[in-house]
Amino acid sequence: MYKPNDLILRTTTSLIAFILLGFSIYLLLAGHNAPGGGFIGGLMTSAAIVLMYMAYGSAVLEKVLPINYRLLIPTGLLIAVGTGLASFIFGEAFLSHTYGYFHVPVFGELELATAMLFDFGVYFTVLGVTISIILSIANDH
Amino acid sequence: MNNLLAVTETILLFTTIISLIGISISLLLLLYRIITGPTNADRAVALDSIGMNLMGVAALMAILVVTTKFNDVILLIGILLFIGTIAVAKYLEKGVIIDRNMD
Repeated sequence: MYKPNDLILRTTTSLIAFILLGFSIYLLLAGHNAPGGGFIGGLMTSAAIVLMYMAYGSAVLEKVLPINYRLLIPTGLLIAVGTGLASFIFGEAFLSHTYGYFHVPVFGELELATAMLFDFGVYFTVLGVTISIILSIANDH
Repeated sequence: MNNLLAVTETILLFTTIISLIGISISLLLLLYRIITGPTNADRAVALDSIGMNLMGVAALMAILVVTTKFNDVILLIGILLFIGTIAVAKYLEKGVIIDRNMD
């Protein structure tokens, strides 16, 4: 029984996972005016996490990222439903969204829409579902 | 000046079409390698190369249909290709893709 040496895979993974996470955040935030959005952003984040799982093994990753991915599904759904229910406070119909212009210190004047919060809900739900499926398939003995 | 612009567009169009034909021939040859590959590693490498050629096809199509919206798709194909190839390689070497503890 020989001992495998994954040095090249682990080094490239630690570099590429950061690029993947940055690209996923870009896709999540660019979904309003460009291709992208919550769904593909969540898929990219789960791709980065699956890459780290493949390179380092699940025992290490459970120590590094102690996240219960099943809890991300109701969290994302609650965020998505919450953005719909929050429109009742202002006397509007369900899921009616609005936007406004805010001054953010670094970026200057920004147009922020409440549809972004709904997209965050989609993001967390997709991330939780994908990682839960992959880990529960990989962990059967 | 207008004439020069038209000539440049014609050259760009012909170059893109010739490159698409070249990539298509390369894809057909890689498909032959996938069908009659002696080992599974041959098929994995051929699939990897097919993905790289698809990145080229996406870029050439972004030139043909004059748009910049395909650039995310090109990067996405590259990332999925890398992860898929690593999964196939780990399966061929160890039999498991995500293992419990790697000593």
